Amino acid sequence: MHLIKAFEEGMDGVYVAGCLEGECHFLTGNLRAKKRVEYVKGVLTTLGINPERLRMYNLSAAMGSRFVEIAREMTEMIRSLGPSPVKTGAGREFPQEQEEGEEQ
Amino acid sequence: MIVAQAKPIEEILEMIDKYDKILLVGCKGCVAVCAAGGEKEVQFLASAIRTARKTQGREIEIREVTLERQCDPEYVEQIRGFAGDYQAILSIACGVGVQFMAEHYREIPALPGLNTSFMGGALEQGVWSERCQGCGNCVLHLTGGICPITRCSKSLLNGPCGGSSNGKCEVDPEVDCGWQLIIERLKALGEFESRFMEIVPIKDWSTSRDGGPRKIVREDMRQ
Repeated sequence: MHLIKAFEEGMDGVYVAGCLEGECHFLTGNLRAKKRVEYVKGVLTTLGINPERLRMYNLSAAMGSRFVEIAREMTEMIRSLGPSPVKTGAGREFPQEQEEGEEQ
Repeated sequence: MIVAQAKPIEEILEMIDKYDKILLVGCKGCVAVCAAGGEKEVQFLASAIRTARKTQGREIEIREVTLERQCDPEYVEQIRGFAGDYQAILSIACGVGVQFMAEHYREIPALPGLNTSFMGGALEQGVWSERCQGCGNCVLHLTGGICPITRCSKSLLNGPCGGSSNGKCEVDPEVDCGWQLIIERLKALGEFESRFMEIVPIKDWSTSRDGGPRKIVREDMRQ
């Protein structure tokens, strides 16, 4: 819900930072989150938004440098993709026929 | 419960393409339990629709409402005050809810956001399975609590057909043979001889769909 809402509000990219797999305080919470992220990626694809704009990373609270690396990676990726079509109203980012099984 | 699943978003977007002001109505009953049409799903779908429209540079106004149930007039009437302000009602209840919307709000089209699938239960989180076809004349007491109408692909009443192989149904190797399940269960209950050998007469299907649309009238409850 919060993921799609972020895109609705015009965010160019969103990443979910979960705990390392197997080390979640909520046991399988991060694995469930991963599934939810995959689901929303599928919805974004259907809506014509590049699913790469949404990513999930796993890192612990002690991995500050990795966090910086991820933030940079996301920023670069978003820059290369340009603004979200939600903001520009420019239509789909890719043709409809690419939807099927396409992960871009 | 009635188990349903969301229609593909593309289909919904096409359905509402000509509207720019819709009422999206969810249901807190069965479809909320099977995570297809409750409050959360209303919020998600509304957001997805708005997102899709924004990518096209077209705005859409969506009012989000989730009723206690869409199969009872008292709840369906709760949107009476504002339903007329919208061009269409997109209902993510089961087919009953959509039809109740259509019957109560005749001046606005009622559109289905779900595909209503079956009456069943949850096997585990995220997995639902059909258990009842509502035939109107329950025989579960004869078949070890396993429904031959639903669990047997042919709805046979007197044992398995030749398509039963290694406990699986010829229709799909993933599907258990309903009669294999019944027989095993009757054996476990010590009722195999008494039940299985008894010939079940031809079923009267008039209480099922063969009798046309059904209706129950309880005079003791009527006002």
